[in-house]
Amino acid sequence: MSLASATHHDASVNYLNEDKGIWSWMTTIDHKRIGIMYLVSVLIAFLLGGVFAMLIRLALLNPKHTVFGTVIMSAETYNKVFTLHGAIMVFLFIIPSIPAALGNFVLPLMLGAKDVAFPRLNLFSYYLYVTGAIMALAAIVGGGIDTGWTFYTPYSTSTQGAVGMMTMAVFVLGFSSIFTGVNFIATVHKLRAPGMGWFNMPLFVWGMYATAVIQVLATPVLSITLVLLLLERVMKIGIFDAAIGGDPVLFQHFFWFYSHPAVYIMILPGMACISEIIPTFCRKTIFGYRSIAFSSVAIALIGFLVWGHHMFVSGQSQLATVLFSFLTFLVAIPSGIKVFNWLATMWRGNISLETPMVYALNFLLLFAIGGLTGIFLGALSTDVHLTDTYFVVAHFHYVMMGGTVIAFLGAIHYWWPKMTGRMYNETWGRIGAVLVFIGFNTTFMTQFLMGSRGMPRRYYNYLDQFQQLHAFSTYGSWILGLGLVINAVGLIVSLFNGIKAGPNPWGGTTLEWQTQSPPIKHNFHDQPVLDRLPYDYRRPIETELEVK
Amino acid sequence: MNWLRTWMLGPEGSAYARQVDNLYVFLVLLSIFFFVLVAGLALGSVVVWRHKKGRKTPHITDHVGLELVWSIVPLIICIGVFFWGLHGWLQYTVAPNEALEITVVAKKWQWAFEYPDGTRTLNEVHVPINKPVRFIMTSEDVLHDFFVPDMRVKADIVPGRYTEVWFNPTVEGLHHATCAEYCGKGHSDMSAKVYVDTPEKYAKWVAEGGDEWKTMSPQEYGLYLYQSKGCETCHTLDGSRLAQGGPTWKGVFGKMEKAGDGKEYKVDENYIRESILNPGAKVVAGYDNIMPTFQGLLREREIRALINFIKLQK
Repeated sequence: MSLASATHHDASVNYLNEDKGIWSWMTTIDHKRIGIMYLVSVLIAFLLGGVFAMLIRLALLNPKHTVFGTVIMSAETYNKVFTLHGAIMVFLFIIPSIPAALGNFVLPLMLGAKDVAFPRLNLFSYYLYVTGAIMALAAIVGGGIDTGWTFYTPYSTSTQGAVGMMTMAVFVLGFSSIFTGVNFIATVHKLRAPGMGWFNMPLFVWGMYATAVIQVLATPVLSITLVLLLLERVMKIGIFDAAIGGDPVLFQHFFWFYSHPAVYIMILPGMACISEIIPTFCRKTIFGYRSIAFSSVAIALIGFLVWGHHMFVSGQSQLATVLFSFLTFLVAIPSGIKVFNWLATMWRGNISLETPMVYALNFLLLFAIGGLTGIFLGALSTDVHLTDTYFVVAHFHYVMMGGTVIAFLGAIHYWWPKMTGRMYNETWGRIGAVLVFIGFNTTFMTQFLMGSRGMPRRYYNYLDQFQQLHAFSTYGSWILGLGLVINAVGLIVSLFNGIKAGPNPWGGTTLEWQTQSPPIKHNFHDQPVLDRLPYDYRRPIETELEVK
Repeated sequence: MNWLRTWMLGPEGSAYARQVDNLYVFLVLLSIFFFVLVAGLALGSVVVWRHKKGRKTPHITDHVGLELVWSIVPLIICIGVFFWGLHGWLQYTVAPNEALEITVVAKKWQWAFEYPDGTRTLNEVHVPINKPVRFIMTSEDVLHDFFVPDMRVKADIVPGRYTEVWFNPTVEGLHHATCAEYCGKGHSDMSAKVYVDTPEKYAKWVAEGGDEWKTMSPQEYGLYLYQSKGCETCHTLDGSRLAQGGPTWKGVFGKMEKAGDGKEYKVDENYIRESILNPGAKVVAGYDNIMPTFQGLLREREIRALINFIKLQK
């Protein structure tokens, strides 16, 4: 067993300190280092997008947009800020967050592999991400964009600003995403440890695999669409602009053909993390392994057939609208199945509430709300009233932030000891997680009410009747921000004074816990053998976990 | 349940709105049920089966019956909700033949309405109570969306084609229409007043236009027009200049302004009248020629009132 053999080696050598110097990082093809570089990068993007979010909420605190008598921002600035918030959060943060950062680090370890299938492609993918990020920053500095992250035509083909630079940034980021997807698919097919069949893989791997399939199939459509948008803007080729024979609704079809599956690029990894965290902290085998695995695949496939539900009032074909509504209800089912499977896993477990598990509970409650409010928007008559209002804003924040980001935060805490070799402070971790929960609900629950009462989204000015709700939502954003800052500080401080983590601090069953923390450069000293199925708790596990 | 419905969704302006709201309230109750179920099971498990060192957990890998239940029951509910939503939506898509037809032309950032008899209004529309009204809409620039929250209807407005919404208003008085598809700087100010009138009031309005001006002072009426006709989107009253805006109205009357052609013009009644009806004629130097014409959109009385109002902005 590799745990035993690890003791024969010098445990102080690991992937972080085996090679030294900045050059060794910049040229690394170690999936763990690339994962860490991604993690730092996406967290910077999260910070930037988060600052924009706080500014948006601050500007909406009162109808005059003032704090202490000073106007926070003008309507033009507001439009740019919400566009950048959306674009940065979607393209620079959430899409690469779990797959590229945590997936890169964990996936090969879970498979018992030395690295991903194409380590150099992996590094190239990271540099494409950095290039895209720099281009996006250049777009922000060079005039900004005010199109909304959706780039709807003909507004996006006629407005001023750095739309061309931003769309090309997204184009480049798309290739980064595709390469990661290709890499993961090949890795899962070819590099599983001996004896690890498809149904012995951790569910995180299933989630990553389903995500990768969508990344590879859907992202090219967005890339092509954005190239067409740029051509339309520069050369007036007449594809999307009605004035020269194009069709603005066509752009929406293209855009959502990617961007709805992209919702699953975002949420499937979140679900994948939760499927790891819950069995570990319940010390109980996962309930319904196969249905969780198959529902990931089902979501990935049906997710391609529901893009039109973003367009019920857009002027698309009415028959299409009816079919899209029906298919939307079908895609709800696998997500529901997963939630019930997680609940059944908790049933009769042995549950301790470390920070990752607190986040998993946050996820269950928030994602439930996100999913249930999706029914309001899938149903045709209610969607007509609710679409393009704050109800939609609240709904997708419950799914994207309440689902994916919350799972990401839980997963960072979960794999933190493995990535850094240090334990974070559990008390501050929990306090942060609870504050995030309270702040999140305060911020976004109010927005459901605003939306159902008819407050449209992307509004700089609003009617006085919404003032209290807007203010309440802004107060919530401060609590949310505080919770995130506490978590960030707790993690950073642990790098310096956290107690050293053993190989398996939580008592996890998957292969990444069989090697030392942090792992050596090649992950395992010997080829690990699958001597225990994932989530099998029938035999005791060697663990250092002491519940306080 | 009425208070809950109103609290969540605001006033209802039509029978159709009630139908939408019924589904909404049902979905709220359904959501509360499932949320309590999920939260109860999750938090209950945490409490009941909290960690004890050394306690063994059962090895339960699946249960076909349970999994069928939580797949099929939600599926049945979902299909039911689909048909309920479809039922309401079919009504939303097909306007009755006898509906009053009003053409809507949306552009940044104003609503122009045109009645079958040629009457044109800006940012306000009067409709008779208990008679279906159908809006046939197009855009002159980017996407917009005509959203009347009280009627629970909206539809995108797309350049180069016509889209429509209709409703049958049952509640007299003022309802708001608003733009729900992002269209730039003035997006959140792009609103229109929808007046649902009794047949008598409506007939009178068609004949003579509104009578709000009769009871207002020149300052009040001017301010009303300034806000309702969209002047405030570009012109300020406090001397400041908005980005992509026009000259402020503060102190502008009687001033000598230099136009783009290099000549100076005095801002008097005729200059203002021309600037409203033919805005491109003498654009003040340093400003873009972006103001739309209001020819046919303002009554003579309203133009005179706006001129008076500008005079008052000293």
